[in-house]
Amino acid sequence: MKTIRQVFGKAFAFIIILTILCGGVYTFAATGIMQLIFPYQANGSISEVNGQKYSYLLGQEFTADNHLWGRIMNIDTGTYTDDNGNPVMYASPSNLSPASDEYKSLVAERVAAIRSAHPEKEGVPIPVDLVTCSGSGLDPHISPAAAYYQAERLARNTGKTVAEVQSIIDQYTEGRLFGIFGEPRVNVLKVNLALDGILQ
Amino acid sequence: MTNTILQYVLYLVILVVLAIPLGNYIGKVMNGERVFLSRILIPCENAMYRLLHVDKEESMGWKKYAACVLLFSGFGFILLFLFHLLQGALPLNPEGLPGTSWHLAFNTTSSFVTNTNWQAYSGESTLSYFTQMMGLTVQNFVSAATGIAVLFVLIRAFTKVQEKGLGNFWVDMTRINLYVMIPICLVITIGLVWQGVPQNFNAYETVTLVEPITLEDGTVITEQIVPMGPAASQIAPKQAGTNGGGFFGVNSAHPLENPTPFSNLLEMISLLLIPVALCFTFGRNIKDKKQGRAIFIAMFFMLVLALGIIAVCEQSATPQLAQNGAVDISMIDQAGGNMEGKETRFGIATSSTWAAFTTAASNGSVNSMHDSYTPLGGMITMLQMQLGEVIFGGVGCGLYGMLAFAILAVFIAGLMVGRTPEYLGKKIEPYEMKMAVMVCLATPVGILIGSGLASLVPEVANSLNNAGAHGFSELLYAYSSAGGNNGSAFAGFNANTVFLNVTIGLVMLFVRFVPMIATLAIAGSLVQKKKVAVSAGTLPTHNALFIGLLIFVVLLVGALSFFPALALGPIAEYFQMLI
Repeated sequence: MKTIRQVFGKAFAFIIILTILCGGVYTFAATGIMQLIFPYQANGSISEVNGQKYSYLLGQEFTADNHLWGRIMNIDTGTYTDDNGNPVMYASPSNLSPASDEYKSLVAERVAAIRSAHPEKEGVPIPVDLVTCSGSGLDPHISPAAAYYQAERLARNTGKTVAEVQSIIDQYTEGRLFGIFGEPRVNVLKVNLALDGILQ
Repeated sequence: MTNTILQYVLYLVILVVLAIPLGNYIGKVMNGERVFLSRILIPCENAMYRLLHVDKEESMGWKKYAACVLLFSGFGFILLFLFHLLQGALPLNPEGLPGTSWHLAFNTTSSFVTNTNWQAYSGESTLSYFTQMMGLTVQNFVSAATGIAVLFVLIRAFTKVQEKGLGNFWVDMTRINLYVMIPICLVITIGLVWQGVPQNFNAYETVTLVEPITLEDGTVITEQIVPMGPAASQIAPKQAGTNGGGFFGVNSAHPLENPTPFSNLLEMISLLLIPVALCFTFGRNIKDKKQGRAIFIAMFFMLVLALGIIAVCEQSATPQLAQNGAVDISMIDQAGGNMEGKETRFGIATSSTWAAFTTAASNGSVNSMHDSYTPLGGMITMLQMQLGEVIFGGVGCGLYGMLAFAILAVFIAGLMVGRTPEYLGKKIEPYEMKMAVMVCLATPVGILIGSGLASLVPEVANSLNNAGAHGFSELLYAYSSAGGNNGSAFAGFNANTVFLNVTIGLVMLFVRFVPMIATLAIAGSLVQKKKVAVSAGTLPTHNALFIGLLIFVVLLVGALSFFPALALGPIAEYFQMLI
């Protein structure tokens, strides 16, 4: 009992001081310094093109025939609204087991839909990124294999040649870090803005 | 293929190469020796002691140290609990988020105070910036520091001879935060913001959708939300302190929480860095580096084994995904394999490595969704938590958990040869054994009782996202995560109900504080003992034989406790997958 009385006040004072230090001072100092050296990133990496704001970090859903398609998305329109109360889009992962019968039929449906949109690719296996939902639900990328798979369809629907489409894909492909870490990836939004002639 | 293997190898190499010097540094700091930051930090440290009227020469007995740990954690608990309930009235809340329910507040508070960071909520839709930074970030620092402090009490118990004092809680906590956690976290924060993690206090932004979405009721959605906040500064201690609670709901899979392979490298290495470093600190500070290395090798062996199994399972994917060859799961121009729940920029190698690291360390942050792993890949992540988080484990607590297993191992060896067991020159007697068993069995007891009870409650079935065996795995994973103070999830499981919030919260508190107090009690007893001279009859605890025995004991306790439960979940699902 005596021990507890001795340390009672100190324990309380200590958590208050550490809250101020590790919560307040640390966070505000980090924010101040980061706003100074990396203002674009610190404010969410939002880019403006032709007067419209875009985020290249967050995935969007593309289903039109003249656009590059990304990962399967699980769209959420019920959680967030803009300043005027209109719903805005967000997304979440599927969290489905890839070993169940339900999953098997789900993927089969996706395969059928992609097959019918890509008659040029008859008999070619579909890259796995095109039939799976990502980890965040907001993956902005697709693998080079999955992007190339769509080149003929994009050429047909945009009036560009297959080579032109492929060169746009290559332009927005990022490689591995130091050639080693992570995976090569194509930014879907950038490719689509380029296909639409918005991004040069 | 070559590149993939190279990634696995390099991740492990970078980890160990950085951990060795850090281990040395932490050892010096905790002994009060000079380090390169001393010039700047000694004045801060002394100011802290003056402010708190701390006598830094005081050395506490184990009971006083335990009282400090419990009271400090208790006050931290009350403060954080209040922040959750009252956040609607507190500042830094541009989204106008209301206070949370009492049971979610209880669950989240238990979770962050115990270094678990299990999350039954999504940060961006539930918590204000104030709660995140003044509440969660603070616990990210101090719950980690508490674990490390208790480890040092145990280390001192082995080095001191016939004394009572085990160190000063206030001094230990101050040093760990000032010299270790804050500098490491500042460096990580800079790297993360550079790569694109937000660090601001702005309201959420909206950006244009290229293809508007039309809902069934005719509403057209033209914009997407971009969540904001002081994210990077919270993600840094979340990784470095084996906390794991994401700023955003989907944790480090979120492109704003982990935008590039570089941010991923930074986060993934830092999540296991301090736990690995502490093995080397241990060897250094007990003045027998071989002992630290032996513990390290035992842990590292199990980590590599787990990583190997996860990697192979995820790369092979499942027949349900491969669709008889209609889906290309090869590694040509893509990561291939089971990409369900994984990000393109991370692919299989980087996701599997993270999954192995985060469940080995009791970190629990994720960069891919474990719920969507293959049955056996997912089972390994679960098993690593069920083994009691001793494969490196949480900062501090992983190592003291492993030392309890080492005590168990010398005891078993002692029984075989009929000698009084001793570890690092201290005799292991019934009292130490009882306490070590409490440390080792708290996790299995917490997990099995928790998940056993939950499977009897009918309403829990509504929380499951998948049917059948995988549904049971979701439930078992939830309690394994709580029972290992890990915090990762099979995230399809909706854990935000009164029953689950309360029971999971209680499991987390039980498995954090029971082993912690038992460890302090072991230290309190060992520190008073004489050093036994090494003789021909002493069991060496640094050679291959002992390392093998230690691994065997860890796996044995885990397998005996969890085989039946695993057979009903992931193993059943595996066989269903093959049919």
